[in-house]
Amino acid sequence: MDLFEYQGKLLYKEFDIKHPNSKLVKNLIEIQESVELNYPIVVKAQVQVGGRGKAGGIKIANNHEELIKYSNEIMGMDIKGHIVEILLLEEASKILDEYYISFTLDRSEKKYLIMLSSKGGMDIEKVAEDNPDDLIKHHIGASEELTEDIIHEIIGKAKLNQEYTKSITDIIQNLFFMFVKGDCDLVEVNPLAITDAGVMALDSKVALDMNAKYKHSYFEDFEKEIPIPESEKNAKEKGLNFIKLDGSVGIIGNGAGLVMSTLDVVAENGGNAANFLDIGGGAKAETVSAALEVLEADKNVKSVLINIFGGITRCDLVAEGIVEATKGKDLVWPIVIRLDGTNSSEGLEILKNNPNEKIFIEESMDSAARLAVERGA
Amino acid sequence: MSILIDENSKVVVQGLTGREGQFHALRNRAYGTNVVAGTRPGKGGENVEGIPIFDTIKDAVSETKADVALTFVPPSFAKEAVLEAAFGGCKLIVCITEGIPAKDEAEMYDILKKETDSLLLGPNCPGLISPGKANVGIMPHEITLPGNIGVVSRSGTLTYQAVHELTKLNIGQSTCIGIGGDPVPGMSFIDVIEKFEKDDDTNGIVMIGEIGGTAEEEAAEYIKKNISKPVVSYIAGVTAPPGKKMGHAGAIVSGNKGTAKVKIQELTSAGATVVKTPTEIGEAMKEAISG
Repeated sequence: MDLFEYQGKLLYKEFDIKHPNSKLVKNLIEIQESVELNYPIVVKAQVQVGGRGKAGGIKIANNHEELIKYSNEIMGMDIKGHIVEILLLEEASKILDEYYISFTLDRSEKKYLIMLSSKGGMDIEKVAEDNPDDLIKHHIGASEELTEDIIHEIIGKAKLNQEYTKSITDIIQNLFFMFVKGDCDLVEVNPLAITDAGVMALDSKVALDMNAKYKHSYFEDFEKEIPIPESEKNAKEKGLNFIKLDGSVGIIGNGAGLVMSTLDVVAENGGNAANFLDIGGGAKAETVSAALEVLEADKNVKSVLINIFGGITRCDLVAEGIVEATKGKDLVWPIVIRLDGTNSSEGLEILKNNPNEKIFIEESMDSAARLAVERGA
Repeated sequence: MSILIDENSKVVVQGLTGREGQFHALRNRAYGTNVVAGTRPGKGGENVEGIPIFDTIKDAVSETKADVALTFVPPSFAKEAVLEAAFGGCKLIVCITEGIPAKDEAEMYDILKKETDSLLLGPNCPGLISPGKANVGIMPHEITLPGNIGVVSRSGTLTYQAVHELTKLNIGQSTCIGIGGDPVPGMSFIDVIEKFEKDDDTNGIVMIGEIGGTAEEEAAEYIKKNISKPVVSYIAGVTAPPGKKMGHAGAIVSGNKGTAKVKIQELTSAGATVVKTPTEIGEAMKEAISG
């Protein structure tokens, strides 16, 4: 789960990582009279999309008048489809040098990866492409420690200002500690800055590993503050893994791989999927009903394809779910069903015994996709 | 032959007293797998339908000579359980548990690699089956058929789909393996393919990949250099919306890799037959082994 900048900075506070004094603003009335921060103050739009600076979502105010003016401008602004509802006001510090640092898991090495560069404050992907030597990469095994010696070595390689080695080392150690103990998928700081007030993390890009939710109570608090698209809210409440897409063939399947593959087969047959919906392993009747309800809310859906391969999921239970959810109902769209695997013959029997003129059964994934595309045309 | 497990494998189930653990352990035993023990701290001395329970893996291994651990314990205990199995002497650990934090997985992997010679399959995988010999995990054995094709996949249900397509054409399997789709899987495509290449009873390999990560690209490079047996491959996610990238760091690490297009290109140039839909897997393999 990607965090807002201000949420990442709340974690900085927790893990003793120096960052600017700040105030979070959700309603402009809060700053009408004054703010308890020293000018100049940076007004930063809190949106989960890159490029907010270029879009005018970051401004520096030198006095209260400017602060009100810029805050009014930025609040409510539309940045690439994200409406600004929260502002982060931060004391601006005098920047002497800007670095880049990130911590992530390198899946192909199966180790943690630290990347450090003296070329911070700019497009780091461009630095990596144009001057790869300016981006120092260091892998570390997950059961190993990040020692001071290692940090000194990478600081040296990245040619950071040696005068600040001690403070940079401290902040790197705390960031790494936050990455590991805080169960972050990503901690990225750009810039990590040397300022007149010391070495500070000026920005934060943090993603949390939601599998570790049970370890940290604050994961849930952060989650509540992150908006989910209206179209996905309903599915989430029902515990379904749903992603809205642009096509017209509604898809229901079990297992992420099979659903992804179903999307492809629909495309192979000239159609476009309206969604990705994985009812997971061990799906029961009520799960299938819930999935059909979620699709009903999408007006773009013209036909539905249910593709089930029973492993732990039993096809007879899925068939019961389909019958239960559709019995006596005037279906809005045709449903094409393909059942295979565990108890598929029992499942198909149940469907045959409960005929519905809008339900069609196909034997293979390919023919089912073809029919669903045809019926939805 | 087959790889990793056969009729001689002795399986100890971690979390045998849980609902999932019990259901699948009994299913595996009914298929003919030697399920010799279960563990559950505090329940040593009891049994589940005749399968003796031990407090620790160490006890289970010394009493029953178990060499394969099958793990169903909840995510918060999984790392400890897998390490216990490895240090307790199990040579293969099959971890079905879904939802283990990535840091735990990475740490577990690192320790296993440095301090033991145990192999880990998973986590978050369906396990493996050598048809006619042993089933260790949650795969539906009904769709398998003993034979000579090795199947390896990152996805559970797609593994079943692939196996089903082979069986439909009367093409049997030596061993079918789901390596799982988590950030830090124990065994990779390469680890499994290497064993299939060495296995005299495996004549061809089916490899099912999906978008994200670079495991398929790495496998392609390995296949090009080291694999003489025919490989049929399918990659899911050609039309899936691009996944979120992990900030700029993620973009730098993965570069242009990870997309279905690149994976398909690299596998094709490595000599694999890459099919467009899972339905074509059976026919493609039939052709590959006859030619």
